[in-house]
Amino acid sequence: MSDNRAKKSKAPLKTLGRTLGFVIKNYPVHCVVVLICIIVSAMVTARGTMFTKELINDYIQPMLDGDLSSDVGFRELGHRILLIALMYAAGVFATFLLNRLMVYVTQGTLKIIRDTLFEHMEKLPISYFDRNERGDIMSIYTNDTDTLRQLISQSVPNMISNISTVITVLTSMIILSPLLTLTALVVVAVATAITRMLAGKSAKYFRKRQKNIGEVNAFIEETVEGQRVVKVFTHEDKIMEAFDEKNERLYDSTRLANGLANVVMPIMGNLGYLNYVVVAIVGGYLAVAGVGGFSIASLVPFLQFTRQFNMPISQFSQQLNSIIMALAGAERIFALLDAPIEEDEGYVTLVNARESEDGTLTECEERTGVWAWKHPHSADGTVTYTRLRGDIVFEHVDFGYVPEKTVLHDISLYARPGEKIAFVGATGAGKTTITNLINRFYDIQNGKIRYDGINIQKIRKSDLRRSLGVVLQDTHLFTGTVADNIRYGKLDATDEEVHAAAKLAGADYFISHLPNGYDTEITGDGANLSQGQRQLIAIARAAVADPPVLILDEATSSIDTRTEAIVQRGMDSLMEGRTVFVIAHRLSTVKNSSVIMVLSDGRIIERGSHDSLLEDRGVYYTLYTGNKK
Amino acid sequence: MIKKLSHYIGEYKRITILTPILMVLEVLFEVFIPYLMGHIIDDGIKVGDMGYVVRTGLLMMLMALLSLLFGASGAILACKASAGFEKNLRRGLMDKVQKFSFANIDRFSTASLVTRMTTDVSNVQMAFQMMIRICFRAPIMLTSALVMAMVTNRKLSLLFVFVIVLLGTALTLIVTRAFPKFRYVFEKYDGVNAGVQENLTGIRVVKAYVREEHETKKFHKASDFLYRCFVSAEKIVALNGPVMNLAIYACMTGIFWFGANIIVKSGGTDMQVGQLSTFMVYTMNILMNLMMISMIFVMMTMAKTSGERIVEVLDENVDLTECENPIEEVKNGEIVFDHVDFSYSNNRDNLNLEDVTVTIPSGSVVGVIGGTGSGKSSFVQLIPRLYDVTDGSVRVGGVDVREYGLRTLRDKVSMVLQKNVLFYGTIAENLRWGNENATEEQMRAACESAQIMDLINSLPDGFNSHVEQGGTNFSGGQKQRLCIARALLKEPKVLILDDSTSAVDTKTDAAIRRAFREYIPDVTKIIIAQRISSVSDADMIIVLDEGRINGIGTHEQLLENNAIYREVYESQMRGADFDE
Repeated sequence: MSDNRAKKSKAPLKTLGRTLGFVIKNYPVHCVVVLICIIVSAMVTARGTMFTKELINDYIQPMLDGDLSSDVGFRELGHRILLIALMYAAGVFATFLLNRLMVYVTQGTLKIIRDTLFEHMEKLPISYFDRNERGDIMSIYTNDTDTLRQLISQSVPNMISNISTVITVLTSMIILSPLLTLTALVVVAVATAITRMLAGKSAKYFRKRQKNIGEVNAFIEETVEGQRVVKVFTHEDKIMEAFDEKNERLYDSTRLANGLANVVMPIMGNLGYLNYVVVAIVGGYLAVAGVGGFSIASLVPFLQFTRQFNMPISQFSQQLNSIIMALAGAERIFALLDAPIEEDEGYVTLVNARESEDGTLTECEERTGVWAWKHPHSADGTVTYTRLRGDIVFEHVDFGYVPEKTVLHDISLYARPGEKIAFVGATGAGKTTITNLINRFYDIQNGKIRYDGINIQKIRKSDLRRSLGVVLQDTHLFTGTVADNIRYGKLDATDEEVHAAAKLAGADYFISHLPNGYDTEITGDGANLSQGQRQLIAIARAAVADPPVLILDEATSSIDTRTEAIVQRGMDSLMEGRTVFVIAHRLSTVKNSSVIMVLSDGRIIERGSHDSLLEDRGVYYTLYTGNKK
Repeated sequence: MIKKLSHYIGEYKRITILTPILMVLEVLFEVFIPYLMGHIIDDGIKVGDMGYVVRTGLLMMLMALLSLLFGASGAILACKASAGFEKNLRRGLMDKVQKFSFANIDRFSTASLVTRMTTDVSNVQMAFQMMIRICFRAPIMLTSALVMAMVTNRKLSLLFVFVIVLLGTALTLIVTRAFPKFRYVFEKYDGVNAGVQENLTGIRVVKAYVREEHETKKFHKASDFLYRCFVSAEKIVALNGPVMNLAIYACMTGIFWFGANIIVKSGGTDMQVGQLSTFMVYTMNILMNLMMISMIFVMMTMAKTSGERIVEVLDENVDLTECENPIEEVKNGEIVFDHVDFSYSNNRDNLNLEDVTVTIPSGSVVGVIGGTGSGKSSFVQLIPRLYDVTDGSVRVGGVDVREYGLRTLRDKVSMVLQKNVLFYGTIAENLRWGNENATEEQMRAACESAQIMDLINSLPDGFNSHVEQGGTNFSGGQKQRLCIARALLKEPKVLILDDSTSAVDTKTDAAIRRAFREYIPDVTKIIIAQRISSVSDADMIIVLDEGRINGIGTHEQLLENNAIYREVYESQMRGADFDE
């Protein structure tokens, strides 16, 4: 992971432009004020240093020489210093404003990015989540937004501030003495060359260190993860041997990488002093010779500037590097934001309806318990209403997760309201895929799926999904109370509805025995509950939604037989009176189904009731008897 | 904590002591430079004595070079010492974890152990490096700059004392106020990220119930709260910049006014203009280093938590110890449980196994059946002494397991755990965990028995095929069979399968058991299973319920007289599994 994470940005300028554009778009006024504050603060510092020259030339020297009486001199100086102090106060205020505004800009931008990321992520199609590793998406929220924070709050403003410092200081130096400026620049050039060389070398070792850290951490993770196996196989000494070797390699690269990087500080600092000495000697000659009106009064601020000049230069390459690193993170953020969202061209919606005696449906606002598909016809502007019944038909459906590889071939089937369709077949036969098509997690390539006679492509996805209940094999619960989790199926469900759903699922008994009953907090995806209990909650969640059509994936995982029986009963009562598509693992479920579809390699190879399939003596027969043995 | 951790400096002790000394030398030479600077101006340039300028200039250069030399070598040594310390500390942790018993491992979660050994170690390393370099450098720089300022002009240097006190107070206030806020913010931050994680794992549920907007709203609320927390914490830290500037500017203004006063009033005897420059440099030296000290304080506080978490691991009591004169030979695979009580928490009121007594003859096949929490895993884990009994005793080959050398016992009692793990490398490397000198012949035989040889033959690289970390490139059933082969290679006297064929189909499962009977008839085989079919042909089946033995017998006997066994059997016959 660390390998591809450490990659540099591919199009840094474009990403930088986009990032800054994003910041500026959201905080235009802030940005302008911040920029002004940076410039003001740099100028204030330079002006203050510059004042030393006037202090010596216009006040101290004349007063020492007796050209200016100290009474008058100090009075005037007092006024000047008061002005300087006021200017300094403005400088402090500018820094205050700058820092304060940057807090809002940085945190605000991060918040907007976080929110936009999440909002966009929720709209992405399931295929995106199937294609991308969870950990990779997660690190966009953690690592990448962190580097972005660095970029916005530090790297970029520091860069701007350093540039403005360099400009103001350089200008001041040229004003004081162009010749001496040239001398100072020569030394600075040498210093820059040295740091660049060191930084380059150190970067090489840093990459190596990054790689070694990755290896050591992966090894630690793997070992600790499998620590029990290590113990059972008494492999402790072998582990230490392998670990020592990796640990030693990491030590070597860390030592070199950090050593080189840290050596830059004392070198730059002391080269700064060397510069100081050179400037002093050359400046001394100039002052003694009096070239171009250069005097000690100019030398004092000039020396000061030499030091101020040093710092931004030595930081420059380091900052540039961190900006480029951060941009790689920004690029990943934008990649997620650019991922195409789930398309929905559906226009048929699900509405509450009232049915009159003659069977005509009229739309109404309040919940009636009767639902209807509202189907507007753009051709003649009329609207037809169809009662939601749960009638599903597949007509010659072909599907593939990638266009060139079809995984379902020519699937045709129908399910009348209240019928139970069981899918049976080996792993990878396409059972789960079929259920993914009904709720349009994926769209079919050929053929048609009709819901109450309406092509599901025409139904708005949210309404389609609202009419379908799903209980998946891997139950997933959210942080919140047990009641919250059941209510997930119907957000405005009353407590009575929640309890009724739990009763139906057979979850009521164990929930009421939890420490806080329905208000028990669920943490870490329900880690405090057993797998069977989690499944019961998931069943209750589907029950409270009360959809006419259900998609069930029976669990195969090894929960013990007694809990399994309870879960089974819950599922059975949930299925009652609904159209059900069930990926079946239990014989009892299969036996009770209206129709059984035996799938193999994406095709329906046998279909019929349990008894008729047994009579046929086909694949189903072998499956059934083979297991019975 | 410091004492415990400093033990790991080890062979880097000499350079750890040397580094601060070098840093002090660097500072001492550096701090003279601004002082000489003032003299160059006042005694050289001003009076036109170029000879003095060049002489003093060369002296300054020499000092700068010496300071550079000490500073650079100090930096290199500091990095070497801290990298070495980090290495030793990491090794110490790894070594400790290797000594952990199962009970110790239970007490720390895997994730927390990994964090302690990675992130926490680098936090402590960084703090260590800071400590031996900056911790000495900053205060010494501050004091010597202050002393030099006093030498230059005592009156003017009073200004510094004043500003240091003010800035010091301000920085302390900022740090102490901001720190708890940040701690809180990071907790909230973790919470928000946990929310994202939850949505990633549950995205199918979110989409199926059309709860995208609900989730987005929930997230916005949390994110907004986080924003406000961050702002209120950062606002305090944002005061650092202006406060620092205020201090610098105050010093500058003070130097301008009082400096001019002192120079003029004394007629240039107490102080001269060049020394203004000296003072300006010392201003920066003093204030910057004061800032540095406040940063160190923050860093140390952060590292302290990491340090404590590390020491927690290092101080963990390993509760499984080897006896003085261990027996190094396991005679046979006979196992005796003699009135065994066992509790994971070592608490007699909360027993996981209670009064378990059973004798298992060497070479027999034993099935163990029971619901979740019935104590099946606890029962078998006592045999290779992964845990110690709370009361009673477990004997293997006629000897109490506590009297064996741990390695001897565990080499002869081979166990396939419920949670199977393969390691990064090749199949052969993984198999050789069982026996590092295993020939291809032996590996082939073990794999045949475990019914995994067909798979290996079908792979282009055979035994040299690559295994991903955690074995993720193999299916559950394949992993289980590889783990069985690995356990077989140990040539054990007792073989324990803890629900190790749950992902293997019934036919293969039966073939594995047949192979056991045929190829390792003398090995005692204990099989925990959910499926009755996995144990029905065993010589002896033990039914566990709530930590007690509920029944012992053959399949037929138990069907006859054990209610639990019969119930499980009937429910499984009703619900055959349709998966392959």
